[in-house]
Amino acid sequence: MTLIIVLAAVVLFILIFAGIYNGLVRVRNQVRNAWAQIDVQLKRRHDLIPNLVETVKGYAKHERDTLDSVTQARAAAQKAAGAGVEAQAQAERKLSSSLMNLFAVAENYPDLKANQNFLSLQEELASTENKIGFARQFYNDAVMNYNVKIQSVPTNVVASMFGFREEKMFEIEDAREKEVPKVSFS
Amino acid sequence: MWNQIHSNRRKSILLTLIMGGVLVGTGYAGGELTGTGLGAFGAALALVVWLVLALVSYYSGDKILLSSSGAKRVTHDDFPALHNVTEEMAIASGFPRIPDVYVINDPSPNAFATGRSPKSASVAVTSGLLTRLNRDELQGVIAHEISHIVNRDVLFMMMLGIMLGAIVMISDVFVRARFYGGGGRRSSSRGGGQAELLFLVIALVLIILAPLIARLIYFAVSRRREYLADACGAQFTRYPEGLASALEKISAKPQQLKAANRVTAPMYIVNPFAKIGRAAVGLFSTHPPTEQRVKLLRSMGGGASLAAYQRAWQETMGFGRPLFTEKDLRSRLMTPKPAAAPAAPALAPVKQAEPLMKRGDVGNFFWKKEGYGIVDCDCGVSFKIPPNFRSNAIFCTRCGKKHDLNK
Repeated sequence: MTLIIVLAAVVLFILIFAGIYNGLVRVRNQVRNAWAQIDVQLKRRHDLIPNLVETVKGYAKHERDTLDSVTQARAAAQKAAGAGVEAQAQAERKLSSSLMNLFAVAENYPDLKANQNFLSLQEELASTENKIGFARQFYNDAVMNYNVKIQSVPTNVVASMFGFREEKMFEIEDAREKEVPKVSFS
Repeated sequence: MWNQIHSNRRKSILLTLIMGGVLVGTGYAGGELTGTGLGAFGAALALVVWLVLALVSYYSGDKILLSSSGAKRVTHDDFPALHNVTEEMAIASGFPRIPDVYVINDPSPNAFATGRSPKSASVAVTSGLLTRLNRDELQGVIAHEISHIVNRDVLFMMMLGIMLGAIVMISDVFVRARFYGGGGRRSSSRGGGQAELLFLVIALVLIILAPLIARLIYFAVSRRREYLADACGAQFTRYPEGLASALEKISAKPQQLKAANRVTAPMYIVNPFAKIGRAAVGLFSTHPPTEQRVKLLRSMGGGASLAAYQRAWQETMGFGRPLFTEKDLRSRLMTPKPAAAPAAPALAPVKQAEPLMKRGDVGNFFWKKEGYGIVDCDCGVSFKIPPNFRSNAIFCTRCGKKHDLNK
């Protein structure tokens, strides 16, 4: 009788343990998938930029500086991919602000603003920016979910046994970035 | 990552069981009314009818719904902005794939989602919605629809709707058979006692009341799930005002949606049969009053979390029955948003305040789907060329310019 109870307790313990472990793996995979989604969107933005630069060049030849800074920021951002969350986030922020400059400059060229190609690129870039934002939001939520899990009892025991480490959130913006003036295209 | 609302899952099971009970009870009562000992047969018949309907709707309910509403599948090239907004919301909710996007050619602004899981989801909007809402508002609507799929409302409401349909059908058949068929048991010939008579009366009452009870359950569930989808939608966009303002615009001019019917009504974002000036929560309405939904979304106090919605709910409704359990709030933690604006204010979409699309552009898409060619003259006139048009060129009726048709 005692043997059965002990056996049952052991089996129960193993089942709970496995359940917790699987849960942790699932949540960690969510974090990784969420990160991959950010990468997809960042890459899409990099792909759209040469086309945009070409289109703008045709109408606004004198804006060499603005165009160059976008091209450089793009190159820097591509290089920073895989250099860690922090560095990548910083490079992408630079790219965002240089793009914003470019669209602000485009305001002065009515012909450019009427160009169908430019308009659809603008829609794609604006949406990609949104997608990056939402992917980042989802990633941060996933990281928070994961971190809360590996900090709380009893999951933390399993987590420390198998080396589940806390993940870093994708820093949203620094104080200065938040005050960037809003560009309107109306 | 976002699982369905925890308290929902328990209630779904309970309600399905109750509905199932009503269904079997109806079948049983119907059987007994037809002839002694036929109760079990009636109950079995009810279950078979339900099972067949449920299987059909589980496997092809979305296709039936989409084709019966005349929805046309659109790609990214057809409506880039609509597709992008859907993609954005799919990303925000962590969908494994981007839902298929459909457009219904109907001036009444409305939208619905279908599909039993995020893996097989579709979103449909009417052309009236596209020509009336701006980007932020459309985002709110799509987020609401996607929440319906995340919360498995589409699946659950469809299954419940099927049960309701089966109950109505069976009750109808037996009541007709009893009153008009003339057949069935002649209780007088067997001289049954009072107990027998009482039993008959109860069965009769049950069979007449069953559809009513089932409908009440169904509509109550539907209304509650609308609130939940609003709350989850606000969390996905982090911008409750978008949905609030969309709901206001949509309900300002309610028009009946041609493609909708009683069964599909709960799928839409606002009741497709809404009439102006009906603010009261009818026991028989599929949706809560729009003013209530808008008010709740606007009382979230700058927050966008389920907890903020819960607070607004308790303040506005003034009674204690919470919408979410503690476990729901814990499992749906979200990182705070620093700015009180949509996710990426950096590159504001073109002309925020204006509707996403012009009526002509949406209309042209449907003309093209019918095989028509579109010719735009420089003077501003647009011509729709039928597919079997014989001539190789047309002359503009206003300025007389010749347009060659490349056939």
